[in-house]
Amino acid sequence: MAEVTMRVWRGDPGGGAFTDYTMPAVEGEVVLDVIHRIQAGPAPDLACRWNCKAGRCGSCSAEINGIPRLMCMTRMDSLPPEEPVLVAPMRTFPVIRDLVTDVSFNFEVAKRIPAFTPEPAGPDGTHRMMQVDIERGQEFRKCIECFMCQDVCHVIRDHEENKRAFAGPRFFIRLMELEAHPLDTLDRRQLIHRDMGIGYCNITKCCTEVCPELIHITDNGIIPLKERVVDSSYDPVARLGRRILRRRAPAPADDVAVKSAGN
Amino acid sequence: MPDYQTHDFDVVVIGAGGAGLRAAVEAKERGLRTALVCKSLLGKAHTVMAEGGAAAAMGNVWPEDNWQVHFRDTMRGGKLLNNWRMAQVHAQEAPDRIYELERWGALFDRTDDGRILQRDFGGHRYARLAHVGDRTGLELIRTLQQRAVSLDVEVFMECKVLRLLKDAEGRVSGALGYWRATGDYVTFNAKAVILATGSVGKAWLYTSNSWESTGDGHAMALWAGADLIDMEFIQFHPTGMVWPLSVRGVLVTEGVRGDGGVLRNSEGRRFMFDYIPAMFAAETADTEEEADRWYDDHIDNRRPPELLPRDEVARSINTEVKAGRGGPHGGVYLDIASRRTADYIRRRLPSMYHQFMELAGVDITVEPMEVGPTCHYIMGGVRVDADTEATTVPGLFAAGEVAAGLHGANRLGGNSLSDLLVFGRRAGMAASDFAEGRTGTPSPLVSEVERAIAEAEAPFDRQDGDNPYQVHQDLQRTMQELVGIIRTESELVQALDELDKLDERARRVSVPGGRAYNPGWNLATDLPAMLTVSRLAAKGALERRESRGGQTRDDYPKADAELGKVNFVQRLGAGGAFTITPAPIAAMPAELQKLLEEEPS
Ligand SMILES: Cc1cc2nc3c(=O)[nH]c(=O)nc-3n(C[C@H](O)[C@H](O)[C@H](O)COP(=O)(O)OP(=O)(O)OC[C@H]3O[C@@H](n4cnc5c(N)ncnc54)[C@H](O)[C@@H]3O)c2cc1C
Ligand code: SF4
Ligand code: SF4
Ligand code: FES
Repeated sequence: MAEVTMRVWRGDPGGGAFTDYTMPAVEGEVVLDVIHRIQAGPAPDLACRWNCKAGRCGSCSAEINGIPRLMCMTRMDSLPPEEPVLVAPMRTFPVIRDLVTDVSFNFEVAKRIPAFTPEPAGPDGTHRMMQVDIERGQEFRKCIECFMCQDVCHVIRDHEENKRAFAGPRFFIRLMELEAHPLDTLDRRQLIHRDMGIGYCNITKCCTEVCPELIHITDNGIIPLKERVVDSSYDPVARLGRRILRRRAPAPADDVAVKSAGN
Repeated sequence: MPDYQTHDFDVVVIGAGGAGLRAAVEAKERGLRTALVCKSLLGKAHTVMAEGGAAAAMGNVWPEDNWQVHFRDTMRGGKLLNNWRMAQVHAQEAPDRIYELERWGALFDRTDDGRILQRDFGGHRYARLAHVGDRTGLELIRTLQQRAVSLDVEVFMECKVLRLLKDAEGRVSGALGYWRATGDYVTFNAKAVILATGSVGKAWLYTSNSWESTGDGHAMALWAGADLIDMEFIQFHPTGMVWPLSVRGVLVTEGVRGDGGVLRNSEGRRFMFDYIPAMFAAETADTEEEADRWYDDHIDNRRPPELLPRDEVARSINTEVKAGRGGPHGGVYLDIASRRTADYIRRRLPSMYHQFMELAGVDITVEPMEVGPTCHYIMGGVRVDADTEATTVPGLFAAGEVAAGLHGANRLGGNSLSDLLVFGRRAGMAASDFAEGRTGTPSPLVSEVERAIAEAEAPFDRQDGDNPYQVHQDLQRTMQELVGIIRTESELVQALDELDKLDERARRVSVPGGRAYNPGWNLATDLPAMLTVSRLAAKGALERRESRGGQTRDDYPKADAELGKVNFVQRLGAGGAFTITPAPIAAMPAELQKLLEEEPS
């Protein structure tokens, strides 16, 4: 019977090494299936994260043959058959155990982003938005927080010290989503510039390449965000004008006050 | 015994799916010290997988829609076994909860005039589901997660709760759990606890559910003395993937049918026309022409039979396959490729397109999908008060899939996401009221903590016991084969017998390694709950000698009018045995009764 060899990194914060597990090959399986069979057989304590097994929750990120991928969406038959399949934890985050890493950095960054703050509702108590005006935002909201873009970004990969100053691609698209939201009233440009460290990004596009949701992180997110931050930090009035134009309706007076108050 | 940390809160919410998040937001907004505890990372709960949408009679697409019609659809879909008060509150409040999400940043798909778009789903008379393509659950969870974070709700991620803790007077006063990363134990002292732990699907072999759906909340409520009802009502979603085997059970959203997809057997026949039950005949199209016209004109045409409630469709598929008219992998065909343009399919159903392309190598814009029933949702659960979600034990509340009542014998698609929002909020309000009214510091009994920790530790002390994965797989096989979509007395009796043996084996599992992030051990601690809910399901199914909604008995193929008036209540009796008793359903006020009787116009 055909076999597959999984070369899985096992260890903890103290260190670790790759261990080989040779398992029977089963038609149609993904990497996560084989990991599960290893757990049910030779290594019940092999640690990994997963939830949905359908590419929807972003839990099962790992580096497969050196590339960040979702284990549940990587078919075994898409990998070179004659070689062991290398499965390692994401390198940018500290290891907890085996394939599980401490991704709390991301949850800390999320806390520093001021929440969506909408303008008041219309006379019927609801908001109107046109589909074309929310399409960009919807693209970014496809993010499943797999944190693989964060993992691959050289600014923080192997540069622990930069984590204090750099939010990472996942959060740039979150910020761009808020920026592009037709109803949002807050001005986060100073924050993006100063605290989120967008200047560190030199548009290598590695993040876009690994995104399982195929979000155009750099082209649709980071680049426009950089542009806004640049022209804004210098000209708030121009920006206000642009927002008003986009909405095709004058912003209410209190909206203006919020904007000029900045962050 | 290992040490443990203790945290003090007013309200502790167990579960961070839609219901738990919404409850925590409410309690926190009220100014209470609120903790949110979940087994996975924040934002990964089962809710994230929901696809089709959230049902709310906003009337944005069909102005004819209103809460009364939604109420009627929900009750009829549930075969009238629903808690009518919950169905009423749900239909009335769902629109506000959707608009609230929009104010918190959700971006729902829009109508041409800029309102929230609504899509068709089975059993709903009008297009009613607010949605974002086929990733509505993600939108819901991310919006609530971002709201909770902005309110600074304290989140305990990857922390599994093992037991609810009571004080000397029998009030729920906290919970015991462990951190998955370290295996260290932790207790919470709380004035009120909200259970929002979701589903039980992982006790079955083919399921759409995430690994977390092990029925922990159902079991913990039972162990704490609470009543559970309707545990026999389990929804098998008609369309799960069937091939490759490793993805068998993964959900194919009903949105495929809502957007024009049809079911065919191996002979190419749209077989659902052969299975229209009398109860729905008046509102279901009986020709393909009428069914096809319906998508554009709901007023002068009746709905396609593919959009009958889920129990009907799942049973019909089962019958077709058994009659030898299935596909090569034991499913039937779901065809949207021949009915809609590739562009439309990719835009409306992007995740489905991706899922089939990646996992099955099937291009759904060109070929039909092969699908079959998958264990999806439990209608039964913890018995709650309709307005407050209080359980029968003081200090304990329950909302979302773990609670029962709203859906009766069968849930309509889309009614769960709105359920989470409506009743998550109400549970948050009532638990806050309860916590504010409660005097003294909660002081859970320590003996219970010690007992539960000893039990959790036991698998490390045994050598050569059973492997927990093996016990789990055998449980899944038992439930799949004996307490599946079609049930019969002899098999249910056999199932209970098997469950006794599995119980024994679960008591003897052993796991290698330490407590730190050890999935084998984690599974060992999930087994008692899975076995408990399996038993509740089997017992309920045995006791209910009729077929209704999510309970189909081969030996009692018809609905029994008398049984249509009762819920089966299960609780832990003296001496640890489960008791099961029928409890009459409260009479419905005349004005609601009238809504049910009105023929659709
Ligand atoms: C694939 C799929 C698609 C669906 N699509 C739709 C749809 O389109 N529309 C619709 O209305 N419904 C849909 N449903 C149903 C709906 O998604 C679920 O019923 C709903 O999300 C359940 O939400 P919940 O908040 O009750 O619990 P869940 O989202 O299941 O969350 C449970 C939470 O409890 C936590 N938990 C459990 N046990 C413990 C423990 N012991 N200790 C600590 N924490 C614990 C978990 O970690 C998790 O955070 C779908 C379901 C599936 C599987
Ligand atoms: S484009 Fe910027 S954010 Fe993305 S990986 Fe490169 S440096 Fe990092
Ligand atoms: S942007 Fe893409 S790669 Fe980054 S976290 Fe989100 S889904 Fe993952
Ligand atoms: S398990 Fe959810 S994305 Fe892989």
